[in-house]
Amino acid sequence: MLSLRNLGKRFGGVVAVDGVDLEVAAGEVHALIGPNGAGKTTLIGLVAGASAIDEGQIHFQGRNLTKAKTHERVRAGLARSYQVTSIFRRFSVLDSLALAVQARSGSSFSFWRPVAMETALFEEAREIASQVNLVERADAIAGTLAHGEQRALEVGLALATRPKLLLLDEPMAGMGPEESRRMIELIGRIRAGITVLLVEHDMDAVFRLADRISVMVNGRLVATGAPGEIKANLEVRKAYLGDELAA
Amino acid sequence: MKRLIVLAALLCAFPWAMHALDQQFYTSFATRVLIYAMAAASLNLVLGYGGMVSFGHAAFFGAGAYIVGILAAEGVTSLWIAWPTAVAVAAAAALVIGAVSLRTRGVYFIMITLAFAQMMYYVFVSLKDYGGDDGLSLTARSATGLGVSLSNDFVWYYLVLGLLAAVLYALHRLVHSRFGRVIEAIRENETRAAAIGYPVYRYQLACFVVSGAIAGLAGALIANQTSYVSPSLLHWVQSGTLMIMVILGGVGRFWGGPVGAAVLLALEELFSGSPLLGQYALHWQLPIGVIMLGVVLFAPRGITGAFAQKPR
Repeated sequence: MLSLRNLGKRFGGVVAVDGVDLEVAAGEVHALIGPNGAGKTTLIGLVAGASAIDEGQIHFQGRNLTKAKTHERVRAGLARSYQVTSIFRRFSVLDSLALAVQARSGSSFSFWRPVAMETALFEEAREIASQVNLVERADAIAGTLAHGEQRALEVGLALATRPKLLLLDEPMAGMGPEESRRMIELIGRIRAGITVLLVEHDMDAVFRLADRISVMVNGRLVATGAPGEIKANLEVRKAYLGDELAA
Repeated sequence: MKRLIVLAALLCAFPWAMHALDQQFYTSFATRVLIYAMAAASLNLVLGYGGMVSFGHAAFFGAGAYIVGILAAEGVTSLWIAWPTAVAVAAAAALVIGAVSLRTRGVYFIMITLAFAQMMYYVFVSLKDYGGDDGLSLTARSATGLGVSLSNDFVWYYLVLGLLAAVLYALHRLVHSRFGRVIEAIRENETRAAAIGYPVYRYQLACFVVSGAIAGLAGALIANQTSYVSPSLLHWVQSGTLMIMVILGGVGRFWGGPVGAAVLLALEELFSGSPLLGQYALHWQLPIGVIMLGVVLFAPRGITGAFAQKPR
């Protein structure tokens, strides 16, 4: 479904992503793990279109998206969530989600008709809110939500674009055990219809959710395989390299 | 809604009251306030709602004014030709300036819009055929062709009031439309807006053009108001004045522009006339500066923000 070919990104002299080849198959949850600074978030950024690609190509469902702008990739069905929460802080939960629904339903170069009258947008936004367990907080201002709720909204915004492939960048960052459990449940439900590329440090979550796992170190993919294989591989590496990969 | 009706009634009654008190000067002053209210509202659209800190808004205001002046000098005095041309030229200028400036962000955006406006300022200074430095006098206000003369200050006041009401209504529709939500979302979080599928640049540019067009209309009105246009209308101080109006009134608040314009011009009138400050009226900018400082320190959401019950 998503195929990255020899993808590369440099920041000055630093090679952040170095010749990455990766295939994400339709319907799978593909986890991307690795130590801090391995280039995982940079890679997500390249796929989502946040920064220009220096080398290599991105194909998504047969389309070459290497040069496509962010919004074009979103239209093609590629959406992301952010590691550092990135929401519309002064918008209510419902307004935020409705805005994301609006982006893919009709033109937004509409200057006259009040958006509040478009009940379809808000109905769909409410559905997404209930999907991410925020329906009781629908009228709360996003900036006032608890951390876990903001993380849920973060995923909700990506879901509202109705993606085919969802790029989740550490959805469990900074969450307590209870919040993490809910997020794992949520991703478990999402995967029924959406392919997921998941960057995560919580190994428990990774091994519970992932169909396949890729390991990234210093900008390169060093291994891709089923969780069992990676686990065995990880233990071997840990024995030689210390805890770096198990971080 | 009730407050709006009261405001409308007061504004409609104002010229009659001034006539009764034999203070017609204030009708003319109020017209000027209404025109600046429109210009400030247009700036508030890009600055407050769109988060684009344009420090060159006088360019569009001045361009609108100059188009009316130049057309009049060439013998075209019809309102129906001059005003739409003024609006179109201001919109076109906003399209060009915006297309370049919106590729930059933050301080660079502020500086490049300022630079463009100063360029336009010097263009009009160098137009010797149209008065250059000295500006250009209009012999009369634009002709309506309907048998109504705008030289009557009553008629003129009501026309400006009607246009301001129409512009504010349209802006109200706009900020609550799909488009309005998108530009506010871009102000809140540009990266996220792109990540949910919005081509940020196109929306910002459209917003900039709409704002420039409205500023152009206000410019066409100010040329008629004073029957005189000069390069000072495009000077950066003018851009700064519009910005102060918006900050004073409330950035990103619907009534911020009009309230700021009214308060600033009223204070200017109050402090620059001798009855209050006597010989010190020469230094009228000082008390205004102090008041401005007070607003920024103690009411950072502006006058309208300070009186609103609901924070936003």
